[in-house]
Amino acid sequence: MFYEFALEHAWLIPLLPAIAFVIIGMITRAYGKLSALIAVCMSTISFLLSAGVTYAVVNNGITVEMPFVQKLSWMHIGSVDISMGVLIDPLTAMMLIVVSTVSLLVQIYSCGYMKGDPGYGRFFSFLSLFAASMLGLVLAVNFLQMYVFWELVGLCSYLLIGFYYYKISAREAAKKAFMTTRVGDFGLLLGILLLQINFGTLDFMALKEIIPAHIMSAGTGLMTIIALLIFVGPIGKSGQFPLHVWLPDAMEGPTPVSALIHAATMVVAGVYLVGRAFFMFNELPTVMNVIAWVGGFTAFFAASIAFTQTAIKRILAYSTISQLGYMMLALGVGSLTASFFHLMTHAFFKALLFLCAGAVMHAMADEANIFKMGGLRKKMPITFATMSIGVLAIAGIPPFAGFFSKDEILVAAASVSTPLYLLGTLTAFMTAFYMARLLFVTFFGRPASEEAFEHAHEVSWFMLVPLIVLGALAVVSGLWGHVCGFGEWVRFGAPHEASIDMVIAVSSTILSLIAFGIAYNIYVAKNWSSDVIAEKCGILYKLSYNKFYIDEIYAALIKVAVDGVAKVFYWIDIYIVDGVINGLANLVGGLSNTLSKAENGQAQHYAGFFVCGVVILVAYSLYYLAVMGGAF
Amino acid sequence: MAGFPLLTAVLLAPICAAVLMCFVSPKSAQSVRVISAAAMTTALALTLYAFFNYDLSAGGMQFTENIPWIKDLGVHYSLGVDGISLPMLLLTDLIGLAAVYSSWNITNRPKEFYILLMILIAGVTGTFIATDLFIFLLCYEVVVIPIYIMVIIWGSTKRVSKEYAGMKLTIYLLMGSAFMLVGVVALYLTASSVLGVNTFDMQALAVAGQMGLLSEEFQIFAFLLLLLGFGSLLSMFPFHSWSPDGYAGAPTAVSMIHAGVLKKIGGYGLIRLGLLVLPLGAKFWAPVIAGLAMINVMYAAYIAIAQKDLKYVIGYSSVSHMGYVLLGFAALNVVSVSGAVANMVAHGVMSALFFAMIGFVYEKTHLRSVTELRGLAHQMPRVATGFMLAGMASLGLPGLISFIPEFTIFVGSFSVYPVFAVLAISGIIFTALYTLRVLAKVLFGPKDDKFDRYADARGAEMMPLIILGIALVGFGIFPQLLMGMVGTGTEPLLPLLERIADAPAMIGGIR
Repeated sequence: MFYEFALEHAWLIPLLPAIAFVIIGMITRAYGKLSALIAVCMSTISFLLSAGVTYAVVNNGITVEMPFVQKLSWMHIGSVDISMGVLIDPLTAMMLIVVSTVSLLVQIYSCGYMKGDPGYGRFFSFLSLFAASMLGLVLAVNFLQMYVFWELVGLCSYLLIGFYYYKISAREAAKKAFMTTRVGDFGLLLGILLLQINFGTLDFMALKEIIPAHIMSAGTGLMTIIALLIFVGPIGKSGQFPLHVWLPDAMEGPTPVSALIHAATMVVAGVYLVGRAFFMFNELPTVMNVIAWVGGFTAFFAASIAFTQTAIKRILAYSTISQLGYMMLALGVGSLTASFFHLMTHAFFKALLFLCAGAVMHAMADEANIFKMGGLRKKMPITFATMSIGVLAIAGIPPFAGFFSKDEILVAAASVSTPLYLLGTLTAFMTAFYMARLLFVTFFGRPASEEAFEHAHEVSWFMLVPLIVLGALAVVSGLWGHVCGFGEWVRFGAPHEASIDMVIAVSSTILSLIAFGIAYNIYVAKNWSSDVIAEKCGILYKLSYNKFYIDEIYAALIKVAVDGVAKVFYWIDIYIVDGVINGLANLVGGLSNTLSKAENGQAQHYAGFFVCGVVILVAYSLYYLAVMGGAF
Repeated sequence: MAGFPLLTAVLLAPICAAVLMCFVSPKSAQSVRVISAAAMTTALALTLYAFFNYDLSAGGMQFTENIPWIKDLGVHYSLGVDGISLPMLLLTDLIGLAAVYSSWNITNRPKEFYILLMILIAGVTGTFIATDLFIFLLCYEVVVIPIYIMVIIWGSTKRVSKEYAGMKLTIYLLMGSAFMLVGVVALYLTASSVLGVNTFDMQALAVAGQMGLLSEEFQIFAFLLLLLGFGSLLSMFPFHSWSPDGYAGAPTAVSMIHAGVLKKIGGYGLIRLGLLVLPLGAKFWAPVIAGLAMINVMYAAYIAIAQKDLKYVIGYSSVSHMGYVLLGFAALNVVSVSGAVANMVAHGVMSALFFAMIGFVYEKTHLRSVTELRGLAHQMPRVATGFMLAGMASLGLPGLISFIPEFTIFVGSFSVYPVFAVLAISGIIFTALYTLRVLAKVLFGPKDDKFDRYADARGAEMMPLIILGIALVGFGIFPQLLMGMVGTGTEPLLPLLERIADAPAMIGGIR
């Protein structure tokens, strides 16, 4: 049967895109269409295999307790033994479906979007490498495999953010993304090392047994430190405060990249890591609290910045950060199901929103500022329709996908902590507002520039088909998950019953509708002036518009604590460390000058010094041997 | 191939080439290049044969040869390779061949250049395959002379003059050998008296050291000498300043070989002589080495951030990376020492590739400064690929050669020196910072028309990238190829390392 084959050969899922990367990178790079064809074909097979695996999971009754594992030894030395392999359980299956679906759709979209770009082949080779790395990450059997692919998706992110490498802004954004996530990876690596040293294994299935037992016998002290260090990795990768700064800048990359990597897949790797290691986090209340509050705060904080941004992709980027915070919040309050449910629906509707934004920018000659658009709904009806679906989904309007997943998160938060629930609800309100603002300003009202409006056009079918598919998913994936028992499969501990808390559902829906109303009054009906509101908010508006000056603070810190210190060390190295040795050489040279009038070069000084040194040492060692009863 | 003196052949290949070249007309640059490339290809092929035919399950010294030479002194022409030296030999031949191709366009006295290069490679090869201490020292001394001449004649003057750079390199090399010499002579005399025979055989000396025939005081004293010698060769703080200056002044091939393999003789010697023969001495000084290792990593990484000249960036970067090797050594357990050996190989390949790429760009543009080079990815996409590969390996990207060695060192040293290890591991952030900055400035950004007239690497110029790139990626994806080999050399050390675990150490073994 195909699904049995898929399960047994799940390692092919990441390998096929990797092969595409090698073929394109080595051979067909110069032939754009051929390269795209290879990439899409490999992704399609990957997708079919992923679907087969998912079917096998359901059919064979593979649960989170009884995963399917295949592994090979990758490296062993002394007591360290590291494997590579595939671990398949419902979590993996869900992620495989999400990643391979979005990846395939984005590749199809890119065929149209990247048309005419001189780096067409290169783009598809990088996309393939990304797909391979991300799928390898999802299938990881141990922390090190996770870390390996974690770094590789980081590399792809770096390469693709900097895809337009001739642009200084893209180059700097790529560097910033790599550096910021590196800081997080430092913590993650330390955590992994501590696990390896203390437990002698990094295998998820083994640690699942060891860690709870260890906490039972030895307390939570050590594990709390390890878990916090590991959580630093997701803070970097999933753009949580205070390491979120790279994600908005990452929008310098081509839009399909933003949709695939910086919205739907790579940035959720942090959420996936925490979920994968939930057997550890769930035992540590302190760490869970930290995760919940980091997530909750990030959700609110990013939404407050999204309020005032004007570039379409940046608004979406802050929205992504905010939604990732939501997922972390869900994990922190102990609901893996809610978090992963939202991860899935978010992947579909956020990829959709980004691809719509890409279509809009494509039609508007790469204009990014939403206030220079306007009225586009007549020109781009399909894009408008799909984008509206995305906005309704993210705002949590029933029956769109976001409604169900957001509701799950709010229910989970309310059961643990009222402040977190209120924070979540407030964020939901804000989300609805800024997303409505984005939609209204872009598609309603009068065009800001008649000329650009005249040129605007609906995009090609390569781009529209993915929009329509994702639009459909953004409508049904929530309801489907709700009805078909998502929580029976993707869960931690007991199966999760899907239920809707009427109070929470109705109140958050009403709040979202109110937010829509306010946005409508400001941006479409123009009953209230946004300028006046901005003025009244004063300092708050300025803080939000300037992203709370966090980039500036970091830049200043790096200038002093890194570049400043570097200069000091360099000075020390030249004038003190080297200076002392040169000085000693000169001293010896000075002495020897009285004996001979040899040429007075640096070289001789050195030589003189060391000859003297050697003579002294030989003399001393002979003396030493004689005294200490040596051979003489 | 039983009975075929494989290691002698590897050693003789460059020597024969050097001799042969003496009879070639100085005008025929092409024939000198071809002879050198053929010799190094042969050496590499033989080494690869040895690498893949080494019996991993048997371990120990293999492909051994032993001919008595000076009987009274106990000197033997004896060669052999084990899991520690065979990777180093492979590294030497990989980089040797790459260096030959990197020097392809040399127009100033190519014949003399290649003769010296071959002698240099032969010397380095000899140090790694010698199992007799005398041969080891002899080969080491052979290395010094060509380096000096090559820097003086074919070097370049930037921040420091090439004469200064050449002399500095030479002096430090000599200093290393002087300290080593004293330590070795002391060792030889002491061991001869306790063993009752004169011998330079490293195995016999190691047995003497491990049997407790060498007193603890002697071991501590002799190890210090070796540490000063080998440590300065490995650019251990504060004896590191030769490294950036020296590489900056040296011609590309010398930078490649010096940073890639010559430096590693320091680490190799510390393990082969320091640890195996003087285990108690190694144990005593280990905490000091760990502290200096941490300084190496952090201090040099910081300084690399402040550099403008590409060769200085990589020079300080290599000082920084050697800190990891020292840390792995100082932790004195099988895992960490394996990591140290493997990391020497990893760093060798990576730094050689970096220097080859810098050398190529410098040869064309005569520029090396980060402030003057920009957007080279437009004109030289292949060179940019080389830079990217080397840079990503430098910052320890998984899937490239240096990730697993570094990880192994971290695992091995973390529990022994937690504080030093954490500080050293934080080096991954700073390494990423200077590497990414350099890559960004040199490769990316707007196209600069003034570089339009320079062609990308092609033909022979591509060879260094291909040879080293294959090693970089191959050992990265299949780390067990390297780690398995290294493991056969280091895992037998387990009883020894366990025995010295409780031996006294400097400053109470401070962590």
